[in-house]
Amino acid sequence: MKTKAYTATRNACKMCTPLGAALVFHGIEGTIPLLHGSQGCSTYMRRYMISHFKEPVDIASSNFSEETAIFGGGANLKQAIENVSRQYAPEMIGIATTCLSETIGDDVPMILEKMGNQINQTALVHVSTPSFSGTHVDGFHGAVRAVVGQCNPLSNRTKYTPKTKKRINLFPGMLSNEDLRHLKEIFTDLNIDLILLPDYSERLEGPSWVEYQAIQKGGTPIRDIRKMNASTGSMEFGTILARFAGKGEKSAAALLKKRFDVPWESLGIPIGVKATDIFFSVMERLTLKSMPEKYKKQRGRLIDAYVDGNKYVSKKRAIVYGEEDFVAAMAGFLAEIGIIPVLCASGGNSGLLKQALSELIPQNIFKQVEVHNGMDFTRMEQQARELSPDFVIGNSKGYTMARHLNIPLVRVGFPIHDRLGGSRILHIGYQGTQHLFDTIVNTLLQTRQDTSKIGYAYM
Amino acid sequence: MKTISVLEDRKKQIYQKGQDGFDISCEQKSLAGSVSQRACVFCGSRVVLYPIADALHLIHGPIGCASYTWDIRGALSSGPELHRMSFSTDLSETDIIFGGEKKLEQALFELIDAYEPRAAFVYCTCIVGIIGDDVDAVCRKVAARVGIPVLPVHSEGFKGTKKDSYKAACDALFTLIDQSKEPPKKIPLGINILGEFNIGGETWIIKDYYRRMGIETVAVMTGDGRVKDIQSAQRACLNVVQCSGSLTHLAKEMEEVYGIPYIRVSYFGIEDTASALYDVASFFAGSPAIMEKTTRLVQEEVCAIIPDLEEIKQDLAGKRAAIYVGGAFKAFSLIKALKYLGMEVVLVGSQTGNKEDYALLKKMCRPGTIILDDANPLELAKYIMEKDAHLFIGGVKEKPIAYKLGIGFCDHNHERKIPLAGFAGMRNFAREIHETITSPIWELVPGKGQKNIPESLNKG
Ligand code: SF4
Ligand code: SF4
Repeated sequence: MKTKAYTATRNACKMCTPLGAALVFHGIEGTIPLLHGSQGCSTYMRRYMISHFKEPVDIASSNFSEETAIFGGGANLKQAIENVSRQYAPEMIGIATTCLSETIGDDVPMILEKMGNQINQTALVHVSTPSFSGTHVDGFHGAVRAVVGQCNPLSNRTKYTPKTKKRINLFPGMLSNEDLRHLKEIFTDLNIDLILLPDYSERLEGPSWVEYQAIQKGGTPIRDIRKMNASTGSMEFGTILARFAGKGEKSAAALLKKRFDVPWESLGIPIGVKATDIFFSVMERLTLKSMPEKYKKQRGRLIDAYVDGNKYVSKKRAIVYGEEDFVAAMAGFLAEIGIIPVLCASGGNSGLLKQALSELIPQNIFKQVEVHNGMDFTRMEQQARELSPDFVIGNSKGYTMARHLNIPLVRVGFPIHDRLGGSRILHIGYQGTQHLFDTIVNTLLQTRQDTSKIGYAYM
Repeated sequence: MKTISVLEDRKKQIYQKGQDGFDISCEQKSLAGSVSQRACVFCGSRVVLYPIADALHLIHGPIGCASYTWDIRGALSSGPELHRMSFSTDLSETDIIFGGEKKLEQALFELIDAYEPRAAFVYCTCIVGIIGDDVDAVCRKVAARVGIPVLPVHSEGFKGTKKDSYKAACDALFTLIDQSKEPPKKIPLGINILGEFNIGGETWIIKDYYRRMGIETVAVMTGDGRVKDIQSAQRACLNVVQCSGSLTHLAKEMEEVYGIPYIRVSYFGIEDTASALYDVASFFAGSPAIMEKTTRLVQEEVCAIIPDLEEIKQDLAGKRAAIYVGGAFKAFSLIKALKYLGMEVVLVGSQTGNKEDYALLKKMCRPGTIILDDANPLELAKYIMEKDAHLFIGGVKEKPIAYKLGIGFCDHNHERKIPLAGFAGMRNFAREIHETITSPIWELVPGKGQKNIPESLNKG
């Protein structure tokens, strides 16, 4: 069916650019995000992230007033930086510009330059994040790139000290806390040094406080980020990102390659057996270390589970949505187990999703897939009605759609604001795939039980 | 413990009763760089108008403002649910450069055609104020073509404080009422309920009280709102204003233009709910039956909840509470309600209080109580720790502060799902804080209840 093109966005399937940047800054040790613009933006983003992480999420704002909007935000920004530095004594202030300051054209790089890009030892990093040209994902990658760029100026090549131990930079993209912890575990098992950026897994999921923490513990240490230029290699998750990165546009790894010739491997988010196999083979290529026994066992158990569950998922039809890289990875995994991702939709608008999916998904299945960029939930729901899906998989924002379609929603990704533990969902690796597979099969079984006249207890 | 410093420029916004002699400073814009708990002008307007369920709410701006406010309020509707949609013009770079008027106009035509709303509100966000779209003209043009009111809400986020946001919403409501084509024939025992948003169904509770008193509710602004009801609002004899911060402006305008007097009330807590109902009954003293019915109603309702409350009170006696809410009026009622439950208030603050509000708060509080204007997470945490509170009452943004510090929490904002208004609401409130304060999990939280945990593990 052709749905009418709508001028307005109705129930957006995306968030705005500074949110992604703020998340990244929360994944860097001792860093406070500061949005340059009006107060509402930062308050809304805080509120939004709090309901996913269930943790304090402080985001400062330069709090524009009418005069600021007219005469420019330079003075406000300076005052804001001073106040943040006074109250939080951070190691870094990550400054993201909202639509407002972008539109009035504040020259933030120049303002920061004049301050020497620091205040009382606190580094000032800026990322340009106008929301009228991008989504939260662009803000996320933009912030990673900005931080890496600023911490690794061409002039500051870290002395190469030959070491027995390899060191990898890993740019995982927007994953869950549990995903980040899993990645760290894999690298520990492989005995490879890892610089993971960002890493909000501790800071946005810490224990209750004994002592007050103005900035919660955790995050990628800034001194590590400064060492990235001398690592063995960089890995970067995201098929879409890689396509941009090919043009050297958005990626931190591309920047390190260009400036310091750090080898760089781009791969999809490792969800599913095939994608995780690729992850381990890339690791092997970069570090000459092969997959530890533990993961071989996880892989074996996962495939065994695929076998046990094959009949319950084969030919089932799913609606997948979210940020583009996540959709690509998820659709690849679903296709791998015989589920047809009949509709793959994202609010992102790179124009690259379709091509990426056609390369990821076998042609016989891809023929049955509709791909939509720049999608919102209202159009998605209309489209979905025509496709008789069995379930919906994506973040909490699809709840309304699933409810209207009367089919179950499997919650993955960000934001999960109507459940506990969104940040503890493991998506990646064999173990994450195991978790997803079990959840999907059990969700489908539950539907069968619920709709069965008799109800059954054994399978 | 590392002490938390208070910014020099904010010192006058923090007051400790019995210690400080100055007048608390308030009604200012937030300090740059402080992580204020406040939102923006758009937020305030959206909150007020949100519950009008058969109106189209179109947010004119880039996507974020709409995305973050999609269905976040707990305002229920007994019929249409158009308010739960998030519509945005989702401005792109070219719109920013060439202006968004065309896109807005097009969006309005399409949406009105598809959803057939009874009215449309167009919220102007920051960017719209900057690029200078003539939203009024677009609204007029569309309204003329489609035959429903299409009202601009000038809620550019940076243009002022929450007070200005309420004014923008009130202006839109007043225009809506004023555009009514109905003959303004009075309804003898008719009232409007103002500043009630049907969070968790609260409007229904309140309306039911009035019905039982023999009073007719003409319009609620804006809980479970309908355009047609609001357009009949001039037919009421009295405006009963809760949440006075938000809708007093409208009440004043209606008094001036339509001669409808108003009174201020609160439906939170036994004391305030009862006096709200009695005040309305006294206004209609010409019909003595109303007062009789009111007395009976209050008696019945209070008797129904007392046994529960008495039991709960035993556990809550002497416990210390911190309050941080949007409007100061809510704080007054909360202090009374907590006092009734035997609790002590050690911190109270608001995002938008004015001079009189703070003067009254000072009077109501015990010596030692901290009073805060436009606070931030650091300050809130500081005083909660210093005062050793057991409970924090606030909104979603305050919740993690309470939980990280290992104390109970009660959501008293627009996002909650449980009604806290009226007598039944008081029971819900008491139950909720009882549940959280008496939870056994606090015994496991580091810092607070370490007694039962081996020393070696309890380092946090
Ligand atoms: S852009 Fe303006 S109106 Fe929108 S959330 Fe930010 S401050 Fe509020
Ligand atoms: S103005 Fe821009 S940055 Fe602020 S909330 Fe709206 S879209 Fe996001």
